[in-house]
Amino acid sequence: MSYEVYTCTLESQKEIAPNIVEAWVVNAELAAKAKPGQFLHIQCGDATSMPLRRPISICDVQGDRVCFIYEVKGRGTKSLQQQYGELDILGPVGNGFTVDNGKYKCPAVIGGGIGVYPMLFLTKQLKGAVAYIGFRNKDLVTLEDEFNKAADSVTLTTDDGSYGVAGFALEELKKDCETKQFDIIYACGPKGMLRAVKAFAEGAGIPCQLSLEERMGCGIGACLTCSCETTHEGTDKYKRVCRNGPVFWSEEVVL
Amino acid sequence: MNMKVKIAGVELNNPIIAASGTFGFGHEYGELYDLNEVGAISVKGLTKAPRAGNPPPRITETPGGVLNSVGLQNPGVDAFIEKEIPFLRQYSCKIIANMAGSTFEDYCEMAEKLSAVDVDMLEMNISCPNVKAGGAAFGTNPDTVFEITKTVRKYAKLPLIVKLSPNVSDITETAKAAEAGGADALSLINTLTGMAIDIKTKRPILANVIGGLSGPCVKPVALRMVHQVYNSVNLPIIGMGGISNGTDAVEFFLAGSAAVQVGTANFTDPYACVRIRDELKEYMKAENIANVSDLTGQLIVD
Repeated sequence: MSYEVYTCTLESQKEIAPNIVEAWVVNAELAAKAKPGQFLHIQCGDATSMPLRRPISICDVQGDRVCFIYEVKGRGTKSLQQQYGELDILGPVGNGFTVDNGKYKCPAVIGGGIGVYPMLFLTKQLKGAVAYIGFRNKDLVTLEDEFNKAADSVTLTTDDGSYGVAGFALEELKKDCETKQFDIIYACGPKGMLRAVKAFAEGAGIPCQLSLEERMGCGIGACLTCSCETTHEGTDKYKRVCRNGPVFWSEEVVL
Repeated sequence: MNMKVKIAGVELNNPIIAASGTFGFGHEYGELYDLNEVGAISVKGLTKAPRAGNPPPRITETPGGVLNSVGLQNPGVDAFIEKEIPFLRQYSCKIIANMAGSTFEDYCEMAEKLSAVDVDMLEMNISCPNVKAGGAAFGTNPDTVFEITKTVRKYAKLPLIVKLSPNVSDITETAKAAEAGGADALSLINTLTGMAIDIKTKRPILANVIGGLSGPCVKPVALRMVHQVYNSVNLPIIGMGGISNGTDAVEFFLAGSAAVQVGTANFTDPYACVRIRDELKEYMKAENIANVSDLTGQLIVD
């Protein structure tokens, strides 16, 4: 893996839903290297008061422009929203999704909440993707048109039924399994959703890749802080989300 | 401009040392820059047997700082000797083997093993706040610091650095105890114990509840301790605690450091070690200082 820190022009930031911000940065090298499932490790403002970068998934790449969408949640993301001009970005970081168009004929893509965003870049690179995207409510529904363009079919759900199908995206995916022969499931979302996706995929015998999230330090694999529990023993019990992931085969991780 | 410094007889190309636990065994940062650029690397804390570490979350940011509780995840001293030394030896930077034990015997055994292989210095971590046995328990009592230093000294054939804990009422007591026990150098400070709470879940953010605080927010504490220790012992001091730029490094030299370690700043800026070295050079140029070692202890107190 080759790591680099780029100074990127911050082209735009726009709140596309309550506390959900879509940002576009310009950097040809970063854009050329980015793969679905990888993330950017972003300095969000004054480094003396905020020594840690924030890891945010890549949502889309268009030419030399890279898009990421984040939720304004804590000090870091609040500060990030105020940034303009340039951004200091370490990336693209991590192992992305395994995109093998020859191998997987019927891929299912599932995203929940802010976990929807990295799935757009992935969906665009797949052939015949069937997408399931879930949001908490109508206000938070975003990227619907983009998914409709990128996927063969899209099922949109909201937890409260205020838009699309009521309920969880996974339930819709499960129903479709009666008619569709998915040969891989790609997922990103809250831990509870990933746990359920993992259990379902493994029960149904469908290979499954999960994109994980963890509080992170260096972002390059040196500090051993963004750990996830795996099925391995000994010093491999905890693997590094930043370097070994953030995308893992479901069988390898314990959620 | 002479950036070389000598600590306990070991000459470093420059006084910037990557701090233990923030730099692994150098592989990752070695992908970003040439490791010959740093004076030394204090490797990830080693234990006698491999350790899996603490469950996540292991890190969180606090204003101006970072709390961590990795819990000494490492492949063990034998794997270090077999796999990591050959990698690090490709570079001119010195290798500091950081040892973290649960018992006196652990430290003795590691010191003996590491003295027989190709590393340059030993750093005895008796101040890790993130493990249940040993660690900080050894580092906070002056009598124990004396005893463990004296005991490990017999097995250490290489310069022995004792890394001091800031979680004490008077750091000069533990510093003097390490000196009396036969330490060749002191490094300070390790992290300050701290915690963070998520008010929504009403739970600690770190799975280990308590972690070690580092970063810019600890710098004034670290600087004060380096100053006090410099005035209390006759050992070279490796200063650390929130050093993020050349100015910070100069402050630590003035307070009495012979070299400095850079830790948390690596997370902020992966090139921090190299940048800080260059900024230190700029200061020396502007102030017309020929040898970086001339800066040590040059604090003026009226």
